[in-house]
Amino acid sequence: MTINTIQEILEATIVSNTEDIDTINIKGACSADLMSDVLYYSSQDFLLITSLIKPQVIRTAVIAGIKIIVFTQDKKPDKDTIELAQQKKIPLLVTSFCTYTASGKLYQAGLAGIQKK
Amino acid sequence: MPIHQTIEGSFQLIGGNFSNAGDASIELKQKLTELGFNADIVRKAAIVTFEAEMNVIIYAAAGWLRYYITPEQLKIIVEDMGPGIEDIDLAMQDGYSTAPEWVREMGWGAGMGLPNMKKNSDVFKIDSVVGEGTTVEMIMYIQ
Ligand SMILES: Nc1ncnc2c1ncn2[C@@H]1O[C@H](COP(=O)(O)OP(=O)(O)O)[C@@H](O)[C@H]1O
Ligand SMILES: [Mg+2]
Repeated sequence: MTINTIQEILEATIVSNTEDIDTINIKGACSADLMSDVLYYSSQDFLLITSLIKPQVIRTAVIAGIKIIVFTQDKKPDKDTIELAQQKKIPLLVTSFCTYTASGKLYQAGLAGIQKK
Repeated sequence: MPIHQTIEGSFQLIGGNFSNAGDASIELKQKLTELGFNADIVRKAAIVTFEAEMNVIIYAAAGWLRYYITPEQLKIIVEDMGPGIEDIDLAMQDGYSTAPEWVREMGWGAGMGLPNMKKNSDVFKIDSVVGEGTTVEMIMYIQ
């Protein structure tokens, strides 16, 4: 799934952009607010849906190979978090939907969940 | 890039230092990528070091993260001076955590750190002395 499709479905705003944003192809997603849960379910080329707006989320994304982060409930990350995301080349989206609804919309559109290994 | 001898390095970790938390693991991930390891091994190695690094930052006063890369394996040893773990079997359980609320607010304390380390490494050893510290050793084989 491309970032354009994701942005459309979630009526989201891009708060951190990267040069290669249009080449990203998301294969799966997970939603979590605790980073070890993210690391447990993560796999290559996936999308994270979270309501936690901390720089920790960006570092976790770098470690786990997360390609896009979606912040829910209209929570906007602060300047430090956005700067770190830009430096690490992780696009950030903000949606006003809650985590449940955002996840449901993407799932319904065909974006699979990460299977428990 | 073929590896002919052992490539090793270390990072010092300071307890409570959340502003740089994860930088050691990100740097190691970068190094492994440059050495040409496959993406799956790099990702797993990054996850286990990140979880171990975070435990030192959250629970201990200070520690070291050391890595040893040979053509056969990647070994990561994370050693800390800290409170130690009284009941290791309990600490290893999925979801068990003593992390305080402020740590959970930062996104940690899911109680999945040690299980993630075990799941993503081929050999996982943990040794702890209460009042002294904890050492985690992880090996990943490179085929
Ligand atoms: N280096 C350490 N020093 C002291 N206690 C630790 C250390 N690592 C883990 N622990 C203990 O083991 C528990 C489980 O650790 P972990 O699986 O990483 O989950 P979490 O860090 O999310 O609590 C921790 O809550 C803590 O009580
Ligand atoms: Mg932990």
